[in-house]
Amino acid sequence: MGVEGIGARVARKEDKRFLTGKGRYTDDMVAPGMKYACFVRSPHAHARIRSIDVAAAKAMPGVIDVLDGKQLQADGIGNLICGWMIHSKDGSPMKMGAWRPLAHETVRYVGDAIAIVVADSSGEARDAAEAVVIDFEELPAVTEPLPALEGGAPQLHPEAPGNLIFDWQIGDPEATDRAIAAAAHVTEIEIINNRLAPNPMEPRATLGIYDAAEDHYTCYTTSQNPHVARLVMSAFYNVAPENKLRVIAPDVGGGFGSKIYIYPEEIVCLWASKKTGVPVKWTSDRTEAFLTDAHGRDHVSKVKMAFDADHRVTALKVDTVANLGAYMSLFSSAVPTYLYATLLSGQYAIPAIHANVRTVYTNTVPVDAYRGAGRPEATYLLERTMETAARELGVSPAELRRKNFIRSFPYQTPVIMNYDAGDYEASLNAAMQAADWAGFEGRRSASAAKGKKRGIGMSCYIEACGIAPSAAVGSLGAGVGLWESAEVRVNAVGTIEVLTGSHSHGQGHETTFAQLVAGRLGVPLESINIVHGDTDKVQMGMGTYGSRSGAVGMSAVVKALDKVEAKAKKIAAHMMEADEQDIVIENGELKIAGTDKTVPWFQVALAAYTAHNLPAGMEPGLKETAFYDPSNFTFPAGCYIAEVEIDPETGKTEIVQFVAADDFGNIINPMIVEGQVHGGLAQGIGQALLENVHYDPQTGQLLTASFMDYAMPRADDLPSFTLSHQNTPCPGNPLGIKGCGEAGAIGSPPALINAITDAIGHNRLTMPATPMKVWQALQPAH
Amino acid sequence: MYATSYHRASSVEDAVRLHGHSEESKYVSGGMTLIATMKQRLASPSDLVDLRHIGSMKGISVDGRRVTIGAGTPHAEVAASQAIMAVCPALCHLASHIGDPHVRHMGTIGGSVANNDPAADYPSAVLALDATVVTDRRSIPADGFFAGLFETALAEDEIITAIAFDAPDKAGYAKFANPASRYAMTGVFVAKTGGTVRVAVTGAGSDGVFRHAGLEQALQGNWSPDAPGSVMVDPSGLMADMHADAQYRANLVKVMAKRAVMAAG
Repeated sequence: MGVEGIGARVARKEDKRFLTGKGRYTDDMVAPGMKYACFVRSPHAHARIRSIDVAAAKAMPGVIDVLDGKQLQADGIGNLICGWMIHSKDGSPMKMGAWRPLAHETVRYVGDAIAIVVADSSGEARDAAEAVVIDFEELPAVTEPLPALEGGAPQLHPEAPGNLIFDWQIGDPEATDRAIAAAAHVTEIEIINNRLAPNPMEPRATLGIYDAAEDHYTCYTTSQNPHVARLVMSAFYNVAPENKLRVIAPDVGGGFGSKIYIYPEEIVCLWASKKTGVPVKWTSDRTEAFLTDAHGRDHVSKVKMAFDADHRVTALKVDTVANLGAYMSLFSSAVPTYLYATLLSGQYAIPAIHANVRTVYTNTVPVDAYRGAGRPEATYLLERTMETAARELGVSPAELRRKNFIRSFPYQTPVIMNYDAGDYEASLNAAMQAADWAGFEGRRSASAAKGKKRGIGMSCYIEACGIAPSAAVGSLGAGVGLWESAEVRVNAVGTIEVLTGSHSHGQGHETTFAQLVAGRLGVPLESINIVHGDTDKVQMGMGTYGSRSGAVGMSAVVKALDKVEAKAKKIAAHMMEADEQDIVIENGELKIAGTDKTVPWFQVALAAYTAHNLPAGMEPGLKETAFYDPSNFTFPAGCYIAEVEIDPETGKTEIVQFVAADDFGNIINPMIVEGQVHGGLAQGIGQALLENVHYDPQTGQLLTASFMDYAMPRADDLPSFTLSHQNTPCPGNPLGIKGCGEAGAIGSPPALINAITDAIGHNRLTMPATPMKVWQALQPAH
Repeated sequence: MYATSYHRASSVEDAVRLHGHSEESKYVSGGMTLIATMKQRLASPSDLVDLRHIGSMKGISVDGRRVTIGAGTPHAEVAASQAIMAVCPALCHLASHIGDPHVRHMGTIGGSVANNDPAADYPSAVLALDATVVTDRRSIPADGFFAGLFETALAEDEIITAIAFDAPDKAGYAKFANPASRYAMTGVFVAKTGGTVRVAVTGAGSDGVFRHAGLEQALQGNWSPDAPGSVMVDPSGLMADMHADAQYRANLVKVMAKRAVMAAG
């Protein structure tokens, strides 16, 4: 495939501009006459709005206008919606409460947007926002999922009595209960998956531009999927028809899921631009990001895992309550259901599974997909349970897993997923060897001699990526299909533009997508440009999340390339007076196989556009489009091992080694894959040891609203990672790719908590395992 | 940030004069706390008087064992000072762990001491070293300087010009950092001069930096890392927050005292 093709460790093309500060992000965009927005936000977790008085704010220096939710509603702008319909087990549809882009009746979390101020400068906008007088009637608040379900809890939405959004199940409850009743051993455990703030490096921003002459809107925004943003704003929020709305997501500095969703700010800035006649830009500050970006995780679960006398898992029963926050965000309902419970079989042959999931409203910011989205919750639950079972049964955690591995494929789980390929033992073996598992007891003794407590833990994860087959997700309630599009445009001199509906916000598509084309055609990487993120340039696309860009987005490029190649071969055959079946493409030339007769790529391209001598009936040009709809999810899997040393005096955990053995199928660029794994591990380790969103349970105030209190992992919190890759190519897509973007965040938390609980000698520990919590867990009274 | 007027002072006298022009003036040195607080709109001084360009407030001098550090000296300079290293390496160690490299090149010892953040590192050193806080109008002994959270003996317009102390025979500092902010969740500075031991604790007290009599007594009788283990540290009066409750901080006071003594040797 050559030095720049698939498999090459090519340096990222986009890094020059990122590393030299030349990236162009939404906040860098400037439109003539542009003004600045500040949102007036609720200081209360739950309150009725008696009145909003904007008179003083409007009189402030530099203020263009102050607009509120009544005006927005009067102009016909719709409420925000959740785009995935889930039905409760009684058949009733999920209970979606109204999420107004600007609240004018009730606010339901600290940070809920109430009004927008547009002013000459962001400072003046902020000054005026402070001058908006709102008369609130404070209401009691509830922030945690279990208390929200209790009788007498504050009620958030009249549509959802008892704050219950849906009560959903998957699997076979009777078969599961029967297997548990007949089990030789049942492991029971309660699992809490802590709530996280996504914290991309670039906070959200948007610039709304209304052109009155054309009655046309342009929206620059920090989006992982600009086309979906346009679709939703057009079809549901009534901002403008699609042909009158261009959405551009330029360079985007990280998303991790939080930039999938449409938030109130994009809608309101577009509307405000029309109302005020000026372009309106809003840029979040970091505290605003903590308050208003969709959070992740926040599950509480009870688990029973049943074993027969031979230690084979016979059943798994899960009862989960998931906190969705104050409103249902765009894909929030899918995360604790189809992205979570469908992965509860893990890497194991489990004959019977039943999961019940209740989702609840609380007075917190909405919760939606965050790196891994449901799959980290499933993996943490399953791998903590498996480790606990091994301890209870007195067997090696590796052997217990090995005994229960799925070994033949395809494998149909009891919870929808059909695994297409995998070799779980290969990753387990590779990880154990890399970690010198066998030598651990010696290292534990050495640590003990220094007064330290050493522990080791593993996690065998599986995830479903490459989302997703459109018909399948449609049958499960998705409001959209999850295919991807590509367009390959060969210019007259042979250079190439690839337009993709995938969106890069750190993943390196400008390099990997170009590698695919370079390897295929043998043309230099520099001659290939990747175009994405603009609804006026790229045909409809579905964006980037769920580790789908390689498996789905690049597969679409392959299909378009197939068409381009076929036409180029026809032209070359015609030029060389040969049979098109005999033409091969090698090193940037089209060649008659077995001869030295060639025509360079650029000449074929030129011939396509001069059209002086094309085969009879052929259209000029060399440009093809394709849509790719996957036939199945992909199933990356692997084994992670964490080894920790705990200082019992302070409770501080040091990760002394971390081994990741991943099967991502075929790999386009190993360096980028390693970077994705490193980043994912950092986030998973962050969840396990450091990060936690903390709302005051009484007042609903967010106490972790800055980096002074929200502990993001830093370089010195992390060890050097030991990585390896196993490969069972994905049979479902033309490149054999599975996806690698989320694995690190999925597999690492249970490995770490298994290691720490191994070190402290008991299981009574929740994430994040902060020094205080570990120290407390080591006290005799605990 | 709310609008503010910036003034660059050329001398200490000039600074006091500029400060007097408004009731809402604030001095700014490195600005590592004040500017961040202003950006969050939690502080809104009408006027900022910049002390960074006053030459007389900068620099380190060591005369025998007498150490004088100009209030405008950034942490990085203290951390790298060979002269201080020779007589009181614990202070270099402390300075080298404040914030991050950016903070250490901007933040100053005078600013830190004047701000008296309950989780800042320097106040513990000033108190344990029995240092003198030299201002534009007087000298204040450390025991009379710190007056509670963000409160000191300084008058509103008074400027710290230097911190001075006699280097002890032995000193050590150990800090357990808050996992998020990296401020001291508990930091203990120990100093021994002849038969006298002073132990100052930062990051833990609900009233800011404080001396711990029990630890001082124990270490005076037995200068050993084992000594703090038998001391009762009362959790009442210690801070409690989501990162560390009072009980855990009480434990950290003992453990950091032990490690500070180990570091002091």
